[in-house]
Amino acid sequence: MATNHHNNEPPKELFVPHERKEDTSEQISKPSRSFFQDARRTFFKNKAAVLSVILMIIIIIMSIIGPYFNDYGMDDQDLSRAKMPPRAPVLENVPFLGLEGTLQSNFRGETVEEATENAVMRYDNAEEYIDINVLSEGDGSDDSAEVEATYNIYEAKDMQDQYFWLGTDQLGRDQWTRIWLGTRVSLIIAFVAAAIDLLIGVAYGGISGYYGGRVDNIMQRILEILIGIPNLVVIFLLLVVLEPGIMSIVLALTITGWTGMARIVRGEVLKQKNEEYVLAARTLGQSNGKIIRKHLMPNVAGIIIINTMFTIPSAIFFEAFLSFIGLGIAPPEASLGALIDAGFKVFRLYPYMVLWPAILISVIMITFNLIGDGLRDAFDPKMHK
Amino acid sequence: MSKLLEVKDLSVAFKTYSGEVQAVRGIDFDLKKGETLAIVGESGSGKSVTTKAITQLLPKPQGYIKTGEILFEGEDITKYTTKQMQKLRGKDISTVFQDPMTSLNPTMKVGKQIAEGLIKHRKMSKSQAKDKTIELLELVGIPQPETRLNQYPHQFSGGMRQRAVVAIALACNPKILIADEPTTALDVTIQAQILELMKDIQREMDSAIIFITHDLGVVANVADRVAVMYAGKIVEIGTADDIFYNPKHPYTWGLLGSMPTLDDDEEELFAIPGSPPDMLNPPKGDAFAPRNRFALEIDTQMEPPMFKVSDSHYAATWLLHEHAPKIEPPESVQRRMQGFASMDDRKDGEE
Amino acid sequence: MENEKVLEVKNLQKHFKLGRKSVVKAVNDISFDIYKGETFGLVGESGCGKSTTGRTIIRLHDATGGDVIFNNENVHEKKSKKELLKLNRKMQMIFQDPSSSLNPKMTVMDIVAEGIDIHKLAKNEEDRKQRVQELLETVGLNKEHATRFPHEFSGGQRQRIGIARALAVEPDFIIADEPISALDVSIQAQVVNLLRRLQRDQNLTYLFIAHDLSMVKYISDRIGVMYFGNMVELAESDELYRNPLHPYTKSLLSAIPLPDPDYERYRKRVSYDPTGHDTTEEPEFREVTPGHWVRCTTKEFEQYKKELASK
Repeated sequence: MATNHHNNEPPKELFVPHERKEDTSEQISKPSRSFFQDARRTFFKNKAAVLSVILMIIIIIMSIIGPYFNDYGMDDQDLSRAKMPPRAPVLENVPFLGLEGTLQSNFRGETVEEATENAVMRYDNAEEYIDINVLSEGDGSDDSAEVEATYNIYEAKDMQDQYFWLGTDQLGRDQWTRIWLGTRVSLIIAFVAAAIDLLIGVAYGGISGYYGGRVDNIMQRILEILIGIPNLVVIFLLLVVLEPGIMSIVLALTITGWTGMARIVRGEVLKQKNEEYVLAARTLGQSNGKIIRKHLMPNVAGIIIINTMFTIPSAIFFEAFLSFIGLGIAPPEASLGALIDAGFKVFRLYPYMVLWPAILISVIMITFNLIGDGLRDAFDPKMHK
Repeated sequence: MSKLLEVKDLSVAFKTYSGEVQAVRGIDFDLKKGETLAIVGESGSGKSVTTKAITQLLPKPQGYIKTGEILFEGEDITKYTTKQMQKLRGKDISTVFQDPMTSLNPTMKVGKQIAEGLIKHRKMSKSQAKDKTIELLELVGIPQPETRLNQYPHQFSGGMRQRAVVAIALACNPKILIADEPTTALDVTIQAQILELMKDIQREMDSAIIFITHDLGVVANVADRVAVMYAGKIVEIGTADDIFYNPKHPYTWGLLGSMPTLDDDEEELFAIPGSPPDMLNPPKGDAFAPRNRFALEIDTQMEPPMFKVSDSHYAATWLLHEHAPKIEPPESVQRRMQGFASMDDRKDGEE
Repeated sequence: MENEKVLEVKNLQKHFKLGRKSVVKAVNDISFDIYKGETFGLVGESGCGKSTTGRTIIRLHDATGGDVIFNNENVHEKKSKKELLKLNRKMQMIFQDPSSSLNPKMTVMDIVAEGIDIHKLAKNEEDRKQRVQELLETVGLNKEHATRFPHEFSGGQRQRIGIARALAVEPDFIIADEPISALDVSIQAQVVNLLRRLQRDQNLTYLFIAHDLSMVKYISDRIGVMYFGNMVELAESDELYRNPLHPYTKSLLSAIPLPDPDYERYRKRVSYDPTGHDTTEEPEFREVTPGHWVRCTTKEFEQYKKELASK
């Protein structure tokens, strides 16, 4: 009954029952890999996240060693060198970088002379250090003439041997030093916030979710009250008894910052504790402590780490916001928020003062978010392909 | 009867980090107008992937059709654009999925979900669509269609939901209805109802059905023809009677032997040992050989071709080769080949 | 089967509160005994309370009412840690969903050894490893599998790992909570064969919970049919299959699809209409013939008796 048409007829002697040497029916040919190995691989495949990690490491290192790159201290006030524009060695010769150590702006007037006069008045009357470039001759009407004035302020102040890489602020303090010190403060607050999240948020959510019932009910009501109080109100109340500074921000975060984490952990624990592997552990007689440690913790760890990654940028932003409205870090301490606040006031004349702290805070927040995204994918088994 | 759908040498692969998973490896089958073809196999055998390839619902970008043609009324639909495919899916080929909970939109009224397709693909007006929806709900056996129309999926029971899903699939009088394990998530009594429903509808609308399942009992109930899949290949194909009363492939024997009969107590079921192969690196030779207790030496060397048993019945096993030793299915399987019910006098069902 | 009782379930009730007013009576006053060495099957459709019954027996839920007596000890009494551990060793459970019943972050070795660790059954690390490897071989897996993680296994293999975990503490009585319903038919047979072999070799007693009546019929000595929290019929499995009395049992039996096209073509299905009962009288669980119990009213009781007598 077999009517097969294929050219190479199989050899007859092979038509004998197969002798099984070993049972291969249960063999797994794939190499063994743990969940975390898979997670790591997925993470490293995500280029944005890896790049963010590298950037983050650089920023953290710079916040530690950056302030010591030059000799200026955090609080070296000297009004004679206030508001110096950025000037960096070698790079000062490259145009368009804005690191030439000059101030440049356009001035208008009825005639070229009037415009020039405006420029000279604006730039300390140091006429010999100002280069004028006429852009428009004007016809006598209001603001028709325009000149571009470049003020060589380092020469004017006889500081050709000095370099303020990112300029100075209104009190003559080096911005480079202050920016990295400010980053340090912001990062400290961020990591403290993360630690609070991990300690209080995870414990609170874990207990509430695992024990459930009445315990859960009471703990959730307390949580709802805490969530109902705006952070700003907590800060105001704290400022009644405390000086503004790191301490008051950290305390405010301690009181309300961990609620999001507590909710997420509770939800996840509620889900996991009814998974059959936890029930199996219970039927085997495993103690509550060990169930939490051995079964629940490893399985909610992913979500905790991810959430921490998203807490950090929001804590940084919280600090920046408080400092910006004047309730955060008090001078002479620096933080990215305080620097942006100071720079913002003279934004139109000295844009470099707000530019660099703003770029830095944006980069920090984006990197943490991208790392968080990368981790979320890494801990999602569906992405392990 | 004319061939409605022809699948020729279809291969589907999934690109993964560790390599290419050969989900479907060169299968051929056809579907005639008005018939029901059941595709049976274990999870991972490629039965669902086959239908997803037909409807081009493979997960992109990992899954793709490697080789082969899918001819729908003579036209190769693998070359269709996304737009053409959408039209085809809406009108000519529709699918009923396994889980009625996830195939309905929970925030939309059931009636609206059914009417949507009617308005879009059959260009009906709203009131026409409403009348037709009521008609469809009646057809699938949902009582009080006028009130049910305005309810949300969560107000339906599991069986009712699956009926609504069937109604959506039927809305545009499809030529082919693909049922991907439509009863697996349901209780037996509900399953029986849904199976009855599908048969009634087929009689009425003359659609062809591709029915995917791992349960041979369900197959016996609905199928005209059966294709047994293992490790991405069709290992046996034939009419329902061929497959149930004269199976030739040891895998089919194993499937039959796995089903307990209701009236005697055997010590052990004739089960298939082991686990399905890893389709990342399919074993050399016959993929079933490591689990096959009737394996021949040649199975470890070469893949068996399709041997013809009769005009309607083909099987891919070297046991059908003229040189092969005559091996009969084990006694317990032979008993099942006589028919499960004939062992008992209650042929006509419950009193 | 005149044998010693392993488990007695007496008027067991389990209600869940859903908010202030609504109460779900998941298990509503059911009683049955399980004898040593037998398999007791519990069938019913989803939501009928069969899984809740199993979980309440093993103390995963606290009972709302009634008693569970296991080896002459009341399971739901207050117990010391030691007594609880003893109970956990003798009564074990196999779970339904092979994808969630194993901790994804643990190796198979640690999963199977969990019970060994809790009950301190291994003398040392070497002994522990040896025991796990033996258990894996008992369920048809290789010792190389011990270092792997659950996601690397197929559904059937994972289910067998779950069985090995339950066997690790050498129990007498195992509650199998739908152990095969998430598996393919061919794999179901493997697992059922394994369970039967283990029962023979280790003299186990099973409570087998499932919705698939054909497998339950195959593996069980006696079967209880549950419907909405009540036990509606209980009999030896052959008796239940041959002479079903309760209309719900009849409808369940008629719904089983058999792999026999001829039979399927001509079969008639019976559907169950719960409103068909006499509601003037609260039905009770009554013994129609020895060992065959049905939940019925007095009138139905007489009718069932006649029905059986005429056969």
